[in-house]
Amino acid sequence: MLEIENLHVRVAGKKILDGLNLTVEDGQVAAIMGPNGSGKSTLSYVVAGRADYEVEQGSIKLDGADILEMSPAERAARGLFLVFQYPLEIPGVATMTFLKAALNAQRKARGEAELPTLEFMKQVRAAAAKLNISQDMLKRPVNVGFSGGEKKRMEVLQMALLEPRFAILDEMDSGLDIDALKTCAEGVNALRGEGRSLLVITHYQRLLNFIPPDVVHVMSRGKIVRSGGPDLALALEATGYADYTEGAAA
Amino acid sequence: MAAVQQTVDTVKTLDVDAYKYGFTTEIESDKAPKGLNEDTVRFISARKREPDWLTQWRLDAYRRWETMAEPRWARVDYPKINYQDLYYYSAPKGTAGPKTLAEVDPELLRTYEKLGIPLSEQEILAGVQERRVAVDAVFDSVSVVTTFKEELGKAGVIFCPISEAVRAYPELVRKYLGSVVPVTDNYFATLNSAVFSDGSFVYIPPGVRCPMELSTYFRINEQNTGQFERTLIIADAGSYVSYLEGCTAPKRDENQLHAAVVELIALEDAEIKYSTVQNWYPGDSEGRGGIYNFVTKRGDCRGARSKISWTQVETGSAITWKYPSCILRGDHSRGEFYSIAISNGHQQVDSGTKMLHLGKNTSSRIISKGISAGQSQNTYRGQVFAHRKAQNARNFTNCDSLLIGDQCGAHTVPYIEAKNSTAQFEHEATTSKISDDQLFYCMQRGLEAEEATALIVNGFVRDVLQQLPMEFAVEAQKLIAISLEGSVG
Repeated sequence: MLEIENLHVRVAGKKILDGLNLTVEDGQVAAIMGPNGSGKSTLSYVVAGRADYEVEQGSIKLDGADILEMSPAERAARGLFLVFQYPLEIPGVATMTFLKAALNAQRKARGEAELPTLEFMKQVRAAAAKLNISQDMLKRPVNVGFSGGEKKRMEVLQMALLEPRFAILDEMDSGLDIDALKTCAEGVNALRGEGRSLLVITHYQRLLNFIPPDVVHVMSRGKIVRSGGPDLALALEATGYADYTEGAAA
Repeated sequence: MAAVQQTVDTVKTLDVDAYKYGFTTEIESDKAPKGLNEDTVRFISARKREPDWLTQWRLDAYRRWETMAEPRWARVDYPKINYQDLYYYSAPKGTAGPKTLAEVDPELLRTYEKLGIPLSEQEILAGVQERRVAVDAVFDSVSVVTTFKEELGKAGVIFCPISEAVRAYPELVRKYLGSVVPVTDNYFATLNSAVFSDGSFVYIPPGVRCPMELSTYFRINEQNTGQFERTLIIADAGSYVSYLEGCTAPKRDENQLHAAVVELIALEDAEIKYSTVQNWYPGDSEGRGGIYNFVTKRGDCRGARSKISWTQVETGSAITWKYPSCILRGDHSRGEFYSIAISNGHQQVDSGTKMLHLGKNTSSRIISKGISAGQSQNTYRGQVFAHRKAQNARNFTNCDSLLIGDQCGAHTVPYIEAKNSTAQFEHEATTSKISDDQLFYCMQRGLEAEEATALIVNGFVRDVLQQLPMEFAVEAQKLIAISLEGSVG
């Protein structure tokens, strides 16, 4: 369960989050929708622990533990995962090597033994097959020369492998054609349940057709301004964000 | 990934400013009087019981050196060296002659044990070490022990201190010494020719594949003492040898001078693979102390179809001035240079290679990876040259620089000259920075900052690490992480 209370955040002196409150229950799929500049991506970065975000007030709790003072790696080991809008390239580091380093670092932080190599390979192959990821892609350096769709599928593969308690999907649909979007969404949906929570951040209703949310929150000017059921997303699709952005700075 | 994990574990056990090999060995030394003049040269030559021709050779070098000026073209900045304020010869007491292991001072054996250098043949034979490596251990100005000499002797391989070779194999030494790096070559090589102390001598007879890796381990211990090693490796027709070199020194506040000369000769169809892991004391975080490393390394592919390959991992020294080169004289000969140069703190590196294409159908390959962190400066300087008679010379150069932080510098200075229109030279260069985004991405997946940096850097240098012998590659990987320690803020 993720609980955010009265969160105030500045980036380079500018106020981006302004008293945000949000709770995502265990096993819940929550969507956050909002216009450009409403602070959606900032929210995902602050929760994941990226540097250069000045938290002025408030708290973020994951399963009851305050994570604000934790490093990004510690948060990851506690089960937090972020699907990046623009996944990064790491030249010279084979994807397989990267996956193993990440998985074992998290296991070590939790006091678990390293996964034996054979068992690890088996898990990766099984997960990769479901996402149409070839063996060749796993040998190539992380995200180097991957298409937009390949990068996103690789993000979902990492999520499947790391089995997070709480995953944030930051604009997962950006740069994806409809087929790639379907494959990724299927991958994500297969991971629903077992108490795992998802926070789906998006501009568009389209993504929510593939990953149906339990609740929808509307974000504007750094806070949640309205919450409702799945029908709220449909209403937004029809009316746009104008109702929520009046008076907002451009 | 075990190696990366190991790297990180090693880093964590160290203090921020800790150089692992910085301890001093308390041992009495026999030294030449301070300063440099003809008497110093004669003193060294006499201590080594050298024949007259070599004494004269040294004196000739000394006289030439006196007329030369220190080169200033490299992108390094350091105060003037007072050559009269140094000791040019220092030997642990009682090491005058060649020794067996049983005769070596236990204090010295403990030193090498602490450095992780296997000197005991028994242990190695008993299978403690999987792969066998013969070691020549050089302490300040003398070689203290050379292992596996007997077994190598059975294959006809000569591996001994050069001072011993001068007496035992005078015709070989006289024929090849100074034939690749002439006495007059450059200021530091000429100085070395005058006062060189010890180093290794290797001769591989025709058609022999050296049955094990050969390695020399250099240790500077004594204060205010320069180390002037001289290494000479000859691979006769159709032979093969792989040679490794390692270097460390204690932490001292003043700078120490190291001016080495290495000469390699590959005859017809011979191959020499020369790997270095240079980890001299780099100075402290304020830039105090550290080794001044002025080294001339050159290989001569003298015979047709011969091959010389240099691989270096340079992490130490306050100043590095080093250009391991190949003279591609034989037709169809090949030269290779693979380099990882890491600078952190206040280190200054000016390093690269020269590929001189003289014969027909010669080829060369240069892969250089420079990594700068802290407030260091890292320069790649390389020359590729084709003589007018060098038909079909080929070169491929790839030169990548990686910056960590915003206070360091990376520089690439290629000199490319083809006097034959059939030459094909390619040069690629990139400069990149470990971005905060890359680090955050790795950290979000569970890696802490140092682990993430080590992973990214290991990816960056992968092409070169693959060239190192297995055990060295693991060592080098650990060393890379240690060298970059404290570079992530």
